[in-house]
Amino acid sequence: MPVTIEIPTAFRRFTDGAPKVDCSASTVAEALSVLTSRFPDLSKHVRDESGQIRQFLNVYLNEEDIRFLGGEACCVKEGDRVLLVPSIAGGAI
Amino acid sequence: MRREDLAGRAFSMWRYAEFLPLPEGYVAASAVGGTPLVAGRKLAEQWGVKNLFLKNDAVCFPSLSFKDRVVATALVAARRFGFQTVGCSSTGNLANAVAAQAAQQGLDACVFIPADLEPAKVLNTAVYGARIVRIHGNYDQVNRLCAQIADRFQWGLVNVNLRPYYSEGSKTHGFEIAEQLGWRLPDNVVVPMAGGSLIGKIAKAFRELVVLGWVQERPVRFFGAQATGCSPISSAVKRGLARFEPQKPNTIARSLAIGNPADGNYASKLILESGGWAEDVSDPEIVAAIKLLAETEGIFTETAGGVTAGVTQKLIREGRIHPDETTVVCITGNGLKTTDAIAADFPAAAAIAPRLDAFEAYLEAQLPATAAAGA
Repeated sequence: MPVTIEIPTAFRRFTDGAPKVDCSASTVAEALSVLTSRFPDLSKHVRDESGQIRQFLNVYLNEEDIRFLGGEACCVKEGDRVLLVPSIAGGAI
Repeated sequence: MRREDLAGRAFSMWRYAEFLPLPEGYVAASAVGGTPLVAGRKLAEQWGVKNLFLKNDAVCFPSLSFKDRVVATALVAARRFGFQTVGCSSTGNLANAVAAQAAQQGLDACVFIPADLEPAKVLNTAVYGARIVRIHGNYDQVNRLCAQIADRFQWGLVNVNLRPYYSEGSKTHGFEIAEQLGWRLPDNVVVPMAGGSLIGKIAKAFRELVVLGWVQERPVRFFGAQATGCSPISSAVKRGLARFEPQKPNTIARSLAIGNPADGNYASKLILESGGWAEDVSDPEIVAAIKLLAETEGIFTETAGGVTAGVTQKLIREGRIHPDETTVVCITGNGLKTTDAIAADFPAAAAIAPRLDAFEAYLEAQLPATAAAGA
């Protein structure tokens, strides 16, 4: 399925400045794999050492947080948008 | 720097200027913070504990919640960065604080709120002339939108692109607690949790005071309070999860209704490492705690304060807070903003004629014993 991944400013230096990346995928996980194989430097900002999506990166399928959709295995359909939105937190010594 | 250096300074959050991200020689735009630490004697007696204190940010200046502190430091940064428009995603209190301080400092304010927020909180933003954008969605959806807006527009969103400056302001709540206890750290602190940031910043404040030798180091247990209808952090603590699971909020404690708390994992880690715990209370328990705090200590707090007081009571009952220890309960907002939550408990009484006999008849009907005693 053709879907569009929306890239936040902080990640655009890894996508040659592209704010959106079109790809073909059947799940969110697959869309993310296509994205990170096309832009390998982005990989470590999307997934941690154990392969999980980083805890301060929120991933949405259209309007919904994918954690409410069963996680990254959730299916996408034609024209869906996958949003990557970093959450801003922290500040300990 | 020494504690004695504070002696000539007014009691506001700015007395701790050296601990905050401020330019050299910063002159404060207005007084913020400096709220009372109240010895909750009647409440303590009722709960069977000895040393209970209420840090009362329900009377924080200028907009009656602890959010005045974070906005104060964020707006200093906003002006240094040259932002003319400031804003936030908010469950209400933060929008009030941004609107009030932006008005005073001549900045334009544009705040983003869930469309179904309490009317008083919306009005308390509108009155300062701020632009209010109501969003169909919950806070988490508003917050996501604001992350995208901060990406697109050159605006200073205090809890998004100014967040490092914003969060440092929270430390002053902790500095004041330590100073008001006589430069001593408490055994326990009970903190309401929405995004989960405040609890970590109180801990950070205590650590900074220890590093400077201003207070003696001692173990402080941190306890987090949430509403059962939005309890991602307390659930994570209770279930021992490394990562919280987001929730769809459903509680009258709107100011704590953040189902995807950005600092949630930090908060639960801090709580567990400190030997503390997290609890949550139902909506009826929140209302009961608001009334109890008002009736015993004369403090009218909003629903978030009801959560914190209700959770404290629960923690004492569960034996997690011990009767002989010093416990500080952080009350972070004012009850006048969430009157809807308790209005049903206080129906208006029938009016009487302005005559003494009418009052005597009223007393007779309402309080026969009192009337007899007074006669």
